[in-house]
Amino acid sequence: MTGADALQAPPAPPDLRAVLHRARRRRRWQFAALVALLLGSSLVALSVGPMRIPPAEIGGFFLSRVTGGESSLDGSSQIVIERIRLPRLAMSALVGAALAVAGAAMQGLFRNPLADPGLIGISAGAAVGAVAVIVLGQGFLPRLPDWAAPFLLAAAAFAGCLCATLLIYRLSLHEGQPIVATMLLAGVAVNALCGAITAFMTFLASDQQVRDVTFWLLGSLGGATWAKTGIVAICVLPGLVLLPRAARALNALLLGESDAEHLGFDPNRTKWIVIAASTVMVGASVAFTGIVAFVGLIVPHAVRLAAGPDHRFLLPASALLGAALMTAADSLARCVVAPAELPIGILTSLIGAPFFLWLLLRAKGAWQP
Amino acid sequence: MIAAGGIVVRRGGRPIVNDVTFRATSGQITAILGANGAGKSSLLRVLGGGKADEGWVKFGGRPLAEWAPREIARVRAVVAQSSALNFPFKVLEVVLQGRAPHWKGHETREDEEAAIRAIEAVDLARAVDRDYTTLSGGERQRVHLARALAQVGFEGANRCLLLDEPTSSLDLRHQHDVLRIVRNFADSGGCAVVVLHDLNLCARYADKVYLMHYGRVLGAGDTGAVMTPDWLGVAYGISVRRDDLSGGAVFTAD
Repeated sequence: MTGADALQAPPAPPDLRAVLHRARRRRRWQFAALVALLLGSSLVALSVGPMRIPPAEIGGFFLSRVTGGESSLDGSSQIVIERIRLPRLAMSALVGAALAVAGAAMQGLFRNPLADPGLIGISAGAAVGAVAVIVLGQGFLPRLPDWAAPFLLAAAAFAGCLCATLLIYRLSLHEGQPIVATMLLAGVAVNALCGAITAFMTFLASDQQVRDVTFWLLGSLGGATWAKTGIVAICVLPGLVLLPRAARALNALLLGESDAEHLGFDPNRTKWIVIAASTVMVGASVAFTGIVAFVGLIVPHAVRLAAGPDHRFLLPASALLGAALMTAADSLARCVVAPAELPIGILTSLIGAPFFLWLLLRAKGAWQP
Repeated sequence: MIAAGGIVVRRGGRPIVNDVTFRATSGQITAILGANGAGKSSLLRVLGGGKADEGWVKFGGRPLAEWAPREIARVRAVVAQSSALNFPFKVLEVVLQGRAPHWKGHETREDEEAAIRAIEAVDLARAVDRDYTTLSGGERQRVHLARALAQVGFEGANRCLLLDEPTSSLDLRHQHDVLRIVRNFADSGGCAVVVLHDLNLCARYADKVYLMHYGRVLGAGDTGAVMTPDWLGVAYGISVRRDDLSGGAVFTAD
């Protein structure tokens, strides 16, 4: 640049209103694209597996259900869809959405892009509960009816996650107010403690139990039934409605707690809502599917990269992308080593870790204060 | 507009604000001066609704506790010395956040207009689409001032701005730009309380000055009456020289 160029007047300011409306229009498109993505991945999830069912016939099947007409599908295909694939699809969509939305809200609450639901002890606490049932339950588990064991496991995992989160929350209170930085540190300590307990129980376990523990920790959507999916839905759907309502407060919290107060928000109320909703949503998800890594971390990052950090868009968009990603990952998990199934936690980490590194390198330095 | 009495703030058992009585009126810029650690920011925090160990604060004649958080947020904005924001919001998005206490569901046209006017006022129209995290310190300060202006709006009674060192990272031109904005705000009937470090800026723009020293108010009143070499010398612990030039008073360390 020569001296003369430098002295030239700077470019005219853009039309501010046009900037505003352009951003809004873009978000509408992005939202529509995410809905389409979820629908697409759902169709694939219903179609692939040991028994391939063409997507067109699946569409026809649903149409016939609505209109009451005849479907071209044979009876066994209909049963596979209704009893196996649909509950599994619903489960994976719910779990993906729960993990992603809770992750996004946590990152906003902690003002830290690396936060995820695991930070407040959800996964580690759930693991303690689940492993306790697997290892210590050898006396009574075989005597239970077949259907009861998974529910007992889930209940224990859920209880473990509630205990861990509540402990971390209580530890972070200072004069009755939760301090976010303390919560982060208490989370590290409680996670380590839970890890040690889990490890100790694994040490006591028999070979078969160690195998069960490992599989649980890797996460799986296999064995999803309408009953399990229903319970997860009851725990996840209220959070999916509630958390986006805290979007503005989360936006304000990103400015700082006192700034949020000066804008008329109550930061402590927001903290409570985010932590309670995330714990219930993610706790229930983890309880039935085991630990699914990276979804809560990566999905919000990807959305932020495309559309910015505004929680009013980020939270619903994360729900859609999380659900889409999870259904796609589950379809893949069923295909790659067919007829066996890959634990979904392996897949999400396998895809998630390199993607996260790519994000990190791309945005190098962007997170520095 | 803002009145406070008997304010005491203790940190680690030591009073950092000690029995301060404060009053700021609409239509004026009230500056808080003092050395580092004199208690300026702590006093401003209490005026903005922060916790005090003793004392009372009234806003518009009513005790602060009687105001609903959202209600007071519509007429009073606070800009701290620095912000924790490290997420890549666009400048426009940050400023629009100032309208949060006014929203009923969604931003209205009125909100957009207030934000746009505030951005133009702080000379950031060229940066609206920029990522906040890529801005310089001075630009960030102006973004937050714009957010505060959008928050309290440009007309109406009972509006108040509390600013903690709004010019600390600004270049010469923008220091004056910012204080002129604050001046306009006061002239339109607003009440501005500003913590300042620069004596010359204070002498030029402030109507009233509170001079603080070790948590107490050393002197309070009209700018000319408080900003004497003697008092400033006590407050800053260095002898200060005042030269009255045609453009106003100029203060230098002797």
